[in-house]
Amino acid sequence: MSATIALVGMPNSGKSTLFNRLTGGNARVANWPGLTVELDAARVLLGAKLTRIVDLPGIYDLTGGAEDERITQSFLAENPLNAVLLVLNATQLDRQLALALQLKRLGAPLVVVLNMMDEARRLGISIDAEALARTLEAPVLPLSAKRGDGAENLKRILQEFAQGEAHAPLPMAETPPAAAVHEEERQLFERHVRRAPLLDAGLTQKLDRWILHPLIGLPIFLATMYLLFQFTYSLGTPLQDWLKDGCDWLKDGYLGPLLEPLPEFLKGLLSDGLFDGVTTVVTFTPIIFLFFCLMALIEDSGYFARAAFLMDGLMERLGLDGRGFVLLMMGFGCNVPALLGTRVIRDHKARLLTMLTIPFSLCNARLQIFLFLATALFSPSTAPLVLLSLYVISILLGMTTAFLLKGRLASSEPFALELPPYRLPLLRHVLRRGWGECKAFLRLASTMIVAGVAAVWLLTHYPEQQNSYAAMIADFLAPVLRPIGVDSMLSIALIFGFVAKEVVLGSLAVIVGHSGQELADTLAHTLDPVAAYSFMLFTLTYLPCVSAIATLKKESKSTAYTLFAVGWSLGMAWLLSFVFYQGARLLGF
Amino acid sequence: MTLNELSIGQSARFHAHRLPAELGRRLAAFGLRPNSLIEVVNRGWLGGPMQLRIGSTEFMLRRAHCRHIEVQAA
Repeated sequence: MSATIALVGMPNSGKSTLFNRLTGGNARVANWPGLTVELDAARVLLGAKLTRIVDLPGIYDLTGGAEDERITQSFLAENPLNAVLLVLNATQLDRQLALALQLKRLGAPLVVVLNMMDEARRLGISIDAEALARTLEAPVLPLSAKRGDGAENLKRILQEFAQGEAHAPLPMAETPPAAAVHEEERQLFERHVRRAPLLDAGLTQKLDRWILHPLIGLPIFLATMYLLFQFTYSLGTPLQDWLKDGCDWLKDGYLGPLLEPLPEFLKGLLSDGLFDGVTTVVTFTPIIFLFFCLMALIEDSGYFARAAFLMDGLMERLGLDGRGFVLLMMGFGCNVPALLGTRVIRDHKARLLTMLTIPFSLCNARLQIFLFLATALFSPSTAPLVLLSLYVISILLGMTTAFLLKGRLASSEPFALELPPYRLPLLRHVLRRGWGECKAFLRLASTMIVAGVAAVWLLTHYPEQQNSYAAMIADFLAPVLRPIGVDSMLSIALIFGFVAKEVVLGSLAVIVGHSGQELADTLAHTLDPVAAYSFMLFTLTYLPCVSAIATLKKESKSTAYTLFAVGWSLGMAWLLSFVFYQGARLLGF
Repeated sequence: MTLNELSIGQSARFHAHRLPAELGRRLAAFGLRPNSLIEVVNRGWLGGPMQLRIGSTEFMLRRAHCRHIEVQAA
């Protein structure tokens, strides 16, 4: 019979950092009785006892009605636990002790951790942990999950609890409302916590004067995002090139000769289908990994909340909140980390609405296509304007989607976002979190992408290369695509774009028979600026790549929603291109 | 006097609110208790949220909700 320990705590108390420290970053999501959501959990050995450690969502009030609070209530009501590990932010005990008191009244087997002791010390806060332990009748351990101080002590205490008997599930119906324990909390705080007289404005307040400045706050945000993206690309692109060269070398040097004796069909499928699929996944992993790290950095540093504050005024009118804007911006790097980043929006409907807007963000992969086409088909002075216009349209599409659909996906979240002090996350934690999310994503998407590239290869080579299924599909779609200026050559490239946008240019090269400058020249001869721009509008909007669609499906847990998202963007794409193309032609362009 | 009428840097004591129960609970968890001192740190542009501080906690609250919070001069 294994032991179970659950972590409970308020948001911004470093609970997840402690969880990672206790579990060594080996957590997987798991299903639990009575819950429709999965929770992060891991098995660790405490002493000789196999123990499951579960990270419950951050909650503010054990009697609250928000989704996370209901999840925690259900979990505590259904599962016998050896210990409830309560993680409190030592710098905010004036309002966090209430959670300890609520749990104590329920008779929970409490182990209280006063986390972020390093910050508390810096603020001149001193806490009488022993006296608190006596009053709460539970161990109270000062700790810094970030640094690791006190972690060994904690593990020893948890070991004792794990080896004992599991406590019955808690009588959650008897939880005292927070207001009932506030007086006791105030007395506890006054008796056992000493705070130094107020010092002058800390670094957080000094930074906020600029970062949240009504006029320059937004430009600072946009500039910061731009610089972070540039930094990410400057790290990621050499890695991508290096990996691509490696894969090509493997293909030419080893795979080619290995497959030589095989029949033509098998050779093509394995080499240009499956292996190219694997190459695609391998080469975009560095960028995806870096963007996951970037998301973690922005969230954990406290900057995310600031950016949300800046944009909430506007976002509220679209049925979103300020966090949606930050995520839209992140989508400009890559849609997938941004979609996964919507997890910070705890209300399900609000999350769904935000997720609908992100695929319209002009991601790096689409930018590659547009850079190529813009330089090939427009003059050096017009090309930057073309690109800028596409970015603007991308944002407008996301906002319009939210505005049109906000009625059906309204949030019921009590929106009051905490602004934690700025913190410099440890690089080690950021990398570990980024890698963890990247791994989880690859597990999900790599099969789909490899299968997708292989499928596209089959479609373009069967029954014969000149008259393939892909060409037939393109012909079939011609009545729909001709009115927006997309010819059959381009429509086949669009089919490739479903798999991964990075593949569109490569596939155009294959279809046309040239690459690089020659491809640019060929396109310049066959496409006029109007058709080119219409194609770019359509490529911007029509579909997220298969990885993004897979993420939408996984995070929404609804096929209907995913199909709607795909249909919606297809519809918007066609409408947009149609209005532009026909309008431009009507005006004589 | 309601919270949204305070200017940047002003503080006031919380008296009562007419907010939905869920939001009320959330704000109580941030430290909004009878007589707590609320400081206005910033006001968002475009009629955006207000940045408030109560004790050790800083948070943002939408303007419409601030209008439903009654305060008394500190």
